[in-house]
Amino acid sequence: MINTFSPATLALVKRIIARYPEGKQKSALLPVLHLAQAEFGGWLSTETMDYVASLLDIQPIEVYEVATFYTMFNLKPVGKCVLEVCRTGPCMLRGSDDIIKHLEKKLNIRDGETSADGMFTLKTVECLASCGTAPVMQVGEHYIENLSCESLDGILDQIRSEH
Amino acid sequence: MRRQVLLKDINVPGILSYDVYRREGGYSAVEKALRDMTPEQITEEVKLSGLRGRGGAGFPTGLKWTFIDRKSGKPVYLVCNADESEPGTFKDRYLLEHIPHLLIEGMILASYAIGANTAYIYMRGEFRWIFPILERAIAEARSAGFLGENILGSGYSLEIYVHPGGGAYICGEETALLESLEGKRGNPRLKPPYFPAVMGLYNCPTLVNNVETLATVPAIVTMGGAEYARIGVGKSTGTKLISASGHINKPGVYEIEMGLPVEEFIYSDEYCGGIWKGRKLKAVVAGGSSVPILPADLILKTAKGEPRLMTYESLADGGFQTGTMLGSGGFIVMDETTCIVRNLWNFTRFYHHESCGQCSPCREGTGWMEKVLHRIEHGEGRPHDIDLLDDVAKKIEGKTICPLGDAAAWPVSSAIRHFREDFEYHIKYPEKVKNPKHFEVEPLTPSRQLATA
Ligand SMILES: Cc1cc2nc3c(=O)[nH]c(=O)nc-3n(C[C@H](O)[C@H](O)[C@H](O)COP(=O)(O)O)c2cc1C
Ligand code: SF4
Ligand code: FES
Repeated sequence: MINTFSPATLALVKRIIARYPEGKQKSALLPVLHLAQAEFGGWLSTETMDYVASLLDIQPIEVYEVATFYTMFNLKPVGKCVLEVCRTGPCMLRGSDDIIKHLEKKLNIRDGETSADGMFTLKTVECLASCGTAPVMQVGEHYIENLSCESLDGILDQIRSEH
Repeated sequence: MRRQVLLKDINVPGILSYDVYRREGGYSAVEKALRDMTPEQITEEVKLSGLRGRGGAGFPTGLKWTFIDRKSGKPVYLVCNADESEPGTFKDRYLLEHIPHLLIEGMILASYAIGANTAYIYMRGEFRWIFPILERAIAEARSAGFLGENILGSGYSLEIYVHPGGGAYICGEETALLESLEGKRGNPRLKPPYFPAVMGLYNCPTLVNNVETLATVPAIVTMGGAEYARIGVGKSTGTKLISASGHINKPGVYEIEMGLPVEEFIYSDEYCGGIWKGRKLKAVVAGGSSVPILPADLILKTAKGEPRLMTYESLADGGFQTGTMLGSGGFIVMDETTCIVRNLWNFTRFYHHESCGQCSPCREGTGWMEKVLHRIEHGEGRPHDIDLLDDVAKKIEGKTICPLGDAAAWPVSSAIRHFREDFEYHIKYPEKVKNPKHFEVEPLTPSRQLATA
């Protein structure tokens, strides 16, 4: 199946391209890849990347080399909800190791894997600029801050009920 | 009450919106500048203010603005660096989230001063919820006539666009950021010839400034550079946002007047509120993960025994032997139970992960250091590993295209310099360190390093 953006997203892509000078439409690559990941199931397949290349009138390889450089892009299918847990120093000082272990145990997966029910993908990430409210994880649009192993269970239940 | 420049209105209800921001005096600096000042006069005020780049390097801002090549005949760009990804730093986010108009106002002033008609805010992609906040603030400023064509009838025009990053620490480095903004991998460019002021975005003259730097400009235009320079100490003028994290009672973003004693910052209830759980202070990384770590005694007092102050100069006093750097103001505090080796292993893993891979000393060296630190931390260290680490760090430092190499090396060299006992303990007692919480069970507390509050 070939993915195509909705008309509304296509209009947005046009507006994004217009932010950059004539002939510099490649600048729109990162914003458009974000839109593609959001619209096509949370990850970028080769077909999706080829489609983005055609939209921006650039070579597919130019998209692949960018998509593989930036960690926000998932190059494999993910669960309905990706738990992006910060693992960097300041979060570790306030217990992120325990948070990650707790999630691995509770969901029975390791970093990078998706739970058997297809609900959660665990992805450790680097400093999210939220060290003052550590430990922290990103879930979709938002950060969930000041995590504790106790609060995690309720958070997972709530996410489940919302999906 | 201390002098606040950036956060003075942060608690005004509704300051996020244009109406409230304007009511509190917002955009009056733009009115003053576009009606009564030439671009050169604005740059002159910024020079007089002594403002130094708040992104980490501390380069004089006004001087940087004068480097912009205005005679090239090419368009000039302003790029705001909102990538904020130096571990321990979260102050730009605070401004972006809570008072976006302050940044927009600063960007209008800077763009006018350098002759830019297009400006981009390159913001880390993870700040997903902040994109609508900025877009909305830009739309508000536009409909109020502060952006767009012919601003306030001055004949000057400006558009500001927000651009998302993709999750890569290296894109905070200004030339990598520009590559990224052009839709490429974030590989830093060689300087020379690619100085942004001459060959920046799309090979045009470009000014890259940090969020906090730009957000300070409205106050400078309003009060005058000379008045701003009266705040602070010596060449560290004005105020600075400090992101405080780690083992303290009150983590958060604080605006300090330059010159505040470090001891007061850590222990006063107005700021960090002391070390958590009634514990003692072991170490501080004062300016984001890239700067040298200092033990308690040296962060509180210089080697000469003078109180250490929150200024560029005082934090650097003693050079790398006994000093550190103000950097981005990411102030990471560690209590007596912290394992310096574990923390360093974590940071080194970070730099290895974030190395763009262009230079072999950085790409290979960070990987090698990570491996050696991993084995020391997990009770598999060998006696000569400490010297090996030190040697690898020295071979990275100063031998790379961009400063990420140095940023990876300094934490290693400084940790070994000041906390050699921690490393030796790991090699001597491999069984004890197999418990990841080894120093929580039994803090390693050489007497000179701990501060008793
Ligand atoms: C590896 C690396 C990461 C950096 N990350 C940031 C960052 O996240 N934000 C920032 O403003 N500056 C960052 N910088 C500094 C920028 O290269 C640049 O000096 C700064 O944006 C200039 O703005 P200023 O003069 O206003 O500080 C980084 C530098 C390096 C070497
Ligand atoms: S020092 Fe490291 S991050 Fe910087 S250009 Fe070289 S390899 Fe890339
Ligand atoms: S270290 Fe986790 S948010 Fe900074």
